Amino acid sequence: MNELLELTTTRNNLHIDPTMAMWEWQIPVYLFLGGMVAGMMIISGYFLFSGRHKESNCACFSIPFISVVLLSWGMFALFLDLAHKLYVWRLYTTFQIKSPMSWGAWILILVYPALIANILMRPTPWMLKIYPKLSDWAGKINQHPFLIKNIGIANMILGMMLGAYTGVLLSSMGSRPLWNTSLLWVLFLVSGLSAAAAFVHLFAKNKAESELLAKADNGFLVIELFVIVMIFLGFLSSAKPHMEAAQLLLNGAYAPVFWVFVIGLGIVIPLIIQLLAVNHKIRHTAIAPIMVIVGGLILRFVIVSAGQYSHWFNAHFH
Amino acid sequence: MPRYGMVIDTRKCVGCQDCVIACKTENNIPEGYNRDWIITESNGKFPDIQMEIRTERCNHCSETPCVSCCPTGASHIHDVGGVVLVTHEKCIGCKACVEACPYDARFIHPDGYADKCTFCIHRVEKGQKPACVEVCPTYCMHFGDLDDPNSEVSKLLQSRKWHVNLPDAGTQPNIFYLV
Amino acid sequence: MNSLSRRKFLKISGATIVTAAALAGSAKTIVSAAESYAKPKGLQVIPSYCDLCFWKCGLLAYVKDGELWKIEGNPKDPLSNGRLCPRGTGGPGAHYDKERLKSPLIRKSERGEEKWVEVTWDEAFDYIADKMNKMKAQYGPESMALFSHGIGGSFIKHLLRAYGSPNETAPSFAQCRGPREVGFELTFGDVVGSPERTDIENAKCIVLIGSHLGENMHNTQVQEFSRAVEKHASIIVVDPRFSVAASKAKYYLPIKPGTDMALLLAWMSVIVNEKLYDVDYVIKYGFGFEQFAAEVSQYTPEWAYIETGIDPEVIRETAREMARYKPATLIHPGRHATWYGDDAQRSRAIALLNALLGSWGRKGGFYVPYSYSIPKYPYAPYPELNKEPLDNPNGRYPFATGEQISTGIREATISGQPYPIKGWFIYGTNLMQALPNRAETIKAIQNLDLMVVVDVIPSEIAGWADVVLPESVYLERYDDLNASPFREGFVGIRQPVVGAPNDQKPNWWMAKKLGEKLGLGAYFPWKDVEEYLDTRLNLAGHSLDELKKKGIIKGASKPIFFEDGVEPEFATPSGKIEFYSKQLEEAGFDPVPRFTKHAEPPSGYFRLLYGRAPVHTFSKTQSNPILADMMSENELWVNADLAERYGIKSGDRIKLKNQDGVVSDPIKVKATERIRQDCVYMVHGFGQKSRQLRSTYKKGASDAELVTKYNTDPLMGGTAMNVNFVTFEMEV
Repeated sequence: MNELLELTTTRNNLHIDPTMAMWEWQIPVYLFLGGMVAGMMIISGYFLFSGRHKESNCACFSIPFISVVLLSWGMFALFLDLAHKLYVWRLYTTFQIKSPMSWGAWILILVYPALIANILMRPTPWMLKIYPKLSDWAGKINQHPFLIKNIGIANMILGMMLGAYTGVLLSSMGSRPLWNTSLLWVLFLVSGLSAAAAFVHLFAKNKAESELLAKADNGFLVIELFVIVMIFLGFLSSAKPHMEAAQLLLNGAYAPVFWVFVIGLGIVIPLIIQLLAVNHKIRHTAIAPIMVIVGGLILRFVIVSAGQYSHWFNAHFH
Repeated sequence: MPRYGMVIDTRKCVGCQDCVIACKTENNIPEGYNRDWIITESNGKFPDIQMEIRTERCNHCSETPCVSCCPTGASHIHDVGGVVLVTHEKCIGCKACVEACPYDARFIHPDGYADKCTFCIHRVEKGQKPACVEVCPTYCMHFGDLDDPNSEVSKLLQSRKWHVNLPDAGTQPNIFYLV
Repeated sequence: MNSLSRRKFLKISGATIVTAAALAGSAKTIVSAAESYAKPKGLQVIPSYCDLCFWKCGLLAYVKDGELWKIEGNPKDPLSNGRLCPRGTGGPGAHYDKERLKSPLIRKSERGEEKWVEVTWDEAFDYIADKMNKMKAQYGPESMALFSHGIGGSFIKHLLRAYGSPNETAPSFAQCRGPREVGFELTFGDVVGSPERTDIENAKCIVLIGSHLGENMHNTQVQEFSRAVEKHASIIVVDPRFSVAASKAKYYLPIKPGTDMALLLAWMSVIVNEKLYDVDYVIKYGFGFEQFAAEVSQYTPEWAYIETGIDPEVIRETAREMARYKPATLIHPGRHATWYGDDAQRSRAIALLNALLGSWGRKGGFYVPYSYSIPKYPYAPYPELNKEPLDNPNGRYPFATGEQISTGIREATISGQPYPIKGWFIYGTNLMQALPNRAETIKAIQNLDLMVVVDVIPSEIAGWADVVLPESVYLERYDDLNASPFREGFVGIRQPVVGAPNDQKPNWWMAKKLGEKLGLGAYFPWKDVEEYLDTRLNLAGHSLDELKKKGIIKGASKPIFFEDGVEPEFATPSGKIEFYSKQLEEAGFDPVPRFTKHAEPPSGYFRLLYGRAPVHTFSKTQSNPILADMMSENELWVNADLAERYGIKSGDRIKLKNQDGVVSDPIKVKATERIRQDCVYMVHGFGQKSRQLRSTYKKGASDAELVTKYNTDPLMGGTAMNVNFVTFEMEV
């Protein structure tokens, strides 16, 4: 009998109708970069905390620098997304406690010092060329294991906050049913850790670390899969808008991309490949990590796009 | 402390869009954007059809997801009437508020800030009604203080059957549709 | 190390950026300050009356710092009660429309190719006057015909009458309300008129036959309808489409198109047979009731059911419902009545049903309107006419009195009989969309020596002209006074509220200038239109200054209902309400309306129906940017089941092909339950083909293009247009 329901609307606002499409590529790109940097901060922070910095080729010396670059690209993408760019400084004239985006703006401010502190432990040659004094600072830090441990903890905590707040930001939008799950921050955090682990595994010079990260990545992938299942169980047992949102990904317009690129090529297949690799059945290649990283990026695109499409009431598509 | 709201009689509304146009000219809304709109909902097999026609806009909710998500405080609740407004010079155009509204009532103005119905607060503060209410040729729109039990809007809500949009979304909208 | 340190570099570039920004900002301020010196500061509120349709609601235009801001209704105006309809509210768009005609144009190639030379007003008038003088000498001034719609044509009508032409028409008679006026005049001795003399707001029962109030947006009608809804009036809607009005109705009758006459006759039969009519009223004011009663009582609801598809019990119930509330029962006469070819008789049937229930002249039915009479300007007498108007030769349509038949003039232009028409002067009417069968219009145009179009936008008809004269829009000009007959008499002013943006000029100026070039300056003795208006107003004891300030001046109050003392008068041969019309009988027509079965669509075809949208007026407003933003194209209403059978769904674009093979532009489908399966419906005025009006070009489809067949009403020459059948042509 629902087929006899006819709805019309005269509204045709740009990027609102027929479906919400306000946030474009800039947001998923930032979410991905931010998530991966968060994961990298946790990994690097953990390495510092657990004393791996004593290894000369520890990834914890290259990770922070790459993180600064990637995070800055991510923030630039965010800046590009703003419609009222000249007023961006307003973010830092206030703290709105109920706004996850305000939290995020300030977390990002704190992330940089943590990363820089990490970088300062071993400045690169060209940095020293520009500012020779950096070697003194490096020396001071390296003399204090207590300080190093705290830099590690700071990176881990801020990394977790960075990885989680974007999920909280989206999940706090009751208007977009697909985002409205309290597990979304867990998904983003685990996905970020997974992409970071894959990334660092790819570039780590230390063989032991590389192997460790591949195993960690497998763990993260399994948890990620579990979280996704939990999220969908939640939606499918919730109210109509949420069930419809879940169906968007499970068997709707987004199903092909979701199943093939996010689940299949983004999680399951690289997991199988990497399990075989860490059990020495096959050699490690770049294939699995690249699939994980690309899969993480596509996951963000799907969630942002499908999330905006999901709705409570839309006269264009009842 | 007044709590402004609207009561709209769907029995009289003909969906002519006079309200949409009056808002457009009163508030200089650019081409391609509208702060309000008409919804028609019809049901049934010809010729046994029921139809409801509604004029819709921002509901100036009492539980505003669009205000809590704003990182700069640009989206805020006016000190009089509970009207939800946007301070243009504080808005960074992050679009969180646009995403947060379950009614999709907001949009981004070409000048960069988030925009939506303001209950014509600039008119209300001078003792006038919002432009849409004043123009409606079927006189189906009523505006007033929902907290005053003797106001026209309160009396209508006491005497007629009504519904709000998306009552389960938790927003406590302040636009009521008489049926 | 480089002497220019990084810090210093940043400082300098920062300062440069800030300075550049400040300069850019201040440059803008300087320019806008210079501009604003020319414009008055502050807010002005100027009264006038609207021109977006023909209702002429009084308005207040708000001008802020010399720029038009918004338009609201004038609270003193009895037509609008201070609230305009969506088109009136969107009036600023007419002023800001970027595609307006900007300067006079003369065509430089074939008619219709839309290739123009921009000329000065003098050049344009010289061209026209030259041709008109030649035509006068060769064919006589009667060879010039005027098609004019709207009050802005009044000065041009005066010009052409002074020139000596008797031929002047508007499409509103033969293509619109003519059959209704004739039907009511034959019955009551008076027309319904515009604004319609309907007392909707006091009606306790309202019957709408095809009238889609709420989509059809005549302001006062919709305001009153809404009040009636609020008062829980019993509303009966008869319409093949479930209109907005139908959604507010107590009874919705989904009638088969073409069969309304059967329903009306059956209703009258029930009311007569069950003695539910207003006996006193009929006895007192009626003529020929016994013969009428004998004739109609043979029609049964069972018979009507076969023709209309309406359940006989519903027919009985609705007839009784109407009778329950008499005399405050209004069977709305409609407005656009040119449907099937027997429309004057159908309108007469509506008039008779009203007469049975005693609503004419009574509260809740029809009031007796009056206007505030402002004396005409004391012109010298017009010259004698050489010839009679040729729209209705030999009184072929015996009851087409009062107004001329536009399609009759067109026909004469094609045939050259009874005398040649060599010139068309067109004011404010897009004949390409207004007249049926545009091939005939184009054929007529080819016979012309001169075609002048006065318009505000490059409309389709302007595209065919020899000379196009750009008029300023209503907000930029004076026009003649509005003194419409209504519930009360009043006079309204139209005055400029802003200046015209280009070289557009008002119609009075064109008429006077052209008149002077034609040697008719004696007929334009006033120096300017202000003198004209002031003279007229002085004769009524007012002044132009007074009216400019007030906007509306009301006349003395008079009663408008029989109940309040209006003397019932019926200007019919019998002096009474003619239930039986001897004059129809003598002219060879049915003295009491009869049912005619109309042709039905062949298999695979559907009747093409058209109507109105509340945000547009015909084809005049589609380029208004505010109104186009509300609705930029029309949709084709197709029954949902029918659409499914043909494999089309909402949003698909298809073309329509009519019975004569004419194919429309693609139109978006609206598959809906809200319409019967034997007809399709679209809003009139779209599918425009004027290449110079880019914003409207081929947006949606034109119903008028598909109206190639029309049935001419034998009583008054009206052209019935709901007689075209279309089939779907899917886009490949």
